[in-house]
Amino acid sequence: MLDVISVCRNFGGLPALSDVSFSLQRGRVTALIGPNGAGKTTMINCITGVDIPDAGRVDFAGEDITGLPAYRVARLGISRTFQNLKLFPRLSVIDNVLCGLTVQGGQSMLGALLRPPRVRNRERRLRLRAMAALDRFGLTELADWPVDVLAYGDRKRVELARAVVSEPRLILLDEPVAGLNHEETATVAKEIRALRAQGYTLLLVEHDMDLVMRVSDHVVVLDGGRCIAGGTPDEVRRNPLVLEAYLGRTGALA
Amino acid sequence: MTQDFLQFIFSGLTSGAIYALIALGFCVVHNTMGIVNFTQVDFVSLGGMLLYSALFSVGLSMPIALLAAVFGVSLVAMFVERVGIRPARSTDPLVLIFLTIGLSIILRGVMALLWGKNRMAVPSLTSDDPLRLLNAAIMPQTLWILALTAIAIALLAWFYRRTRLGLMMRAVATNPRAAAVVGLPLGRVRMLTFGLAGALGGLAGVLVTPITTLSHDVGVLLGLKGFAAAILGGFGSLPGAIIGGLGLGLLESLSAGYISSAYKDVCAFVVLLLVLFVRPKGLMGR
Repeated sequence: MLDVISVCRNFGGLPALSDVSFSLQRGRVTALIGPNGAGKTTMINCITGVDIPDAGRVDFAGEDITGLPAYRVARLGISRTFQNLKLFPRLSVIDNVLCGLTVQGGQSMLGALLRPPRVRNRERRLRLRAMAALDRFGLTELADWPVDVLAYGDRKRVELARAVVSEPRLILLDEPVAGLNHEETATVAKEIRALRAQGYTLLLVEHDMDLVMRVSDHVVVLDGGRCIAGGTPDEVRRNPLVLEAYLGRTGALA
Repeated sequence: MTQDFLQFIFSGLTSGAIYALIALGFCVVHNTMGIVNFTQVDFVSLGGMLLYSALFSVGLSMPIALLAAVFGVSLVAMFVERVGIRPARSTDPLVLIFLTIGLSIILRGVMALLWGKNRMAVPSLTSDDPLRLLNAAIMPQTLWILALTAIAIALLAWFYRRTRLGLMMRAVATNPRAAAVVGLPLGRVRMLTFGLAGALGGLAGVLVTPITTLSHDVGVLLGLKGFAAAILGGFGSLPGAIIGGLGLGLLESLSAGYISSAYKDVCAFVVLLLVLFVRPKGLMGR
């Protein structure tokens, strides 16, 4: 599905990623873990076109997408959420989610102004899809609120709804439960499993080991910009390298 | 007394509406690109020029010539963005603003070449026989200006709120990074934004040149006033642009009427400065 091949990225001579390779399997949940500064976010930035690798390549469904601009990557069917939320402040919840649907194809100035029935029907259908996504994440009642007045957990769900609404081929979640309480975390875990059951492919970047172990099929471990291990949650849990580099240090392994 | 007052109000609203249209053009571009686009002033002149040519060179009837001129300016504006600004590949506002100043000079030069430097007369939309309202004389052009400006503002509001393209523009305005990652084509949205600003400026030019007479640089002073109006309203705020435009227009005409017409620009700008001393963000700024 997605193949990361020997990707390197330096920031002013400091290697953030060196020679990282891994693959995502269709229909699986892959988790990308590692201590702070391991290069996880840089990695998904390189996948989504927010950042460009200095070397190596990223293939998506057999197509080289290295260095494509972010909107082109999104149009190929890769959507993402952000660690520190990138929503459209002042826009309402429903409008934010509708923006996630713009990948469904462009619109001409004339089409927007004259609104032939074809355009109007399409907009109505898109609106219904956005409403369905709100419903799925329990946001229906908040639809017309501007996102900047929402609680943090609600905003995270808006971002999730925006990432899912276009029915992308691959969803990247950057720390979806950071800052959430137990209850909210459990809901997100349920959502991730539901998405997997629907056949979605997910890449999960997360610090919450409990969540990672519960929802992922495959775990990739980064440390200091290198890929140090990969395998099932159980294999990774027992890998001495991982224990030493990451889990041993934090002692977070349950 | 009331007759004079009404006369001043009407002339203030007329120029105010023009300033508002120009100010809206400034805001529309500022909101998606974060820059002041100085080519906005030339969109005004170009609107008048295209109307003149559509009427007298092509021989179109007034309503069609008007639409053609506005649409033409819009196309030129998109061309300016695509060819003059996007290739710079810069996000530094200062670089982009200087670029628009340069492009503005080029546009003025091209207009001087194509249409000459002489002043030209553009006819009003309809007859020049004044109407009487409570003893005040009102030119039909004044009513056209107010009506078409109101329609343009209503269309703009509807476009922003109700269409997906408008939604895309608002999204790019609030968070360009997120917009790109969600799959909004930034380049195209920016180009269309310029088209929108061009249409607003072009409409202002089409409406105002029958009153001011037409030349290749008629937009410069008007554009400066429109810029001031945008600042008065709170740069970037669309309701602010409208209020700022009308406010500046009224200030000018009332101070010209009751104080001195020689000082009308001075009075208007003194009030503008006072407002900004008290409220630096402008009337509707956030």
